[in-house]
Amino acid sequence: MMNVRVRYFAQLRDAAGTGAEDVTGEFRTPADLWTHLCARHVFPLGAGDLRVSVNAAYVPFDVLLGDGDEVAFIPPVSGG
Amino acid sequence: MFLLQSEPLPSPEDLLPLADHACGGVVTFEGRVRDHHEGRAVTALEYEAYEALALAEGARILEEAAERFSPVRVVAAHRHGRLGLGEAAVVVVAASAHRQEAFAACRWVIDAIKDRLPVWKREHYADGTRAWVACGCHHHGTEAP
Repeated sequence: MMNVRVRYFAQLRDAAGTGAEDVTGEFRTPADLWTHLCARHVFPLGAGDLRVSVNAAYVPFDVLLGDGDEVAFIPPVSGG
Repeated sequence: MFLLQSEPLPSPEDLLPLADHACGGVVTFEGRVRDHHEGRAVTALEYEAYEALALAEGARILEEAAERFSPVRVVAAHRHGRLGLGEAAVVVVAASAHRQEAFAACRWVIDAIKDRLPVWKREHYADGTRAWVACGCHHHGTEAP
């Protein structure tokens, strides 16, 4: 079992109804984790629309997660 | 130096004081809150940021710019929280010996910020509604800020 902290922003925060949650389950990568989260929430965006960060750095969706990591799925950004 | 703050942004002169007389060209980009978007009247903006990633990614963007356009000095600041019309949401200042490098570095940094800084804009409209804005830089070519 893996335990991570998931952060939500913008549309994903609205959909999840929270800015962060601790998630425990059988997932090894952000791609697995996203599938796991989609069973708990109805998100308005798909994995193809998102980037992912682990511990405040962008990473590929197939990187291996570690226990206690902070994972954020990043909706299309709109700064500037 | 990359800043992310909820207070009003420093002026370009304060952001990049030029004691360095080797820099003859200074280019500033300032993105301000506009009163309209796709035909709707905008009354205010709210920026949400993932602070830890934004600070790290902002610093990476500036490092990449410094390598790519060397020798150039470039700094940037982005604001978060609620902003009123006309307030600066982002400031980029690039300085170099000559104008070409300063223009190129400034342009590259604002484009990188719009592409990958984890900041999200929510517009508040005159009719009382609000909405997250899809990134304008790739999806439908909306003009800056």
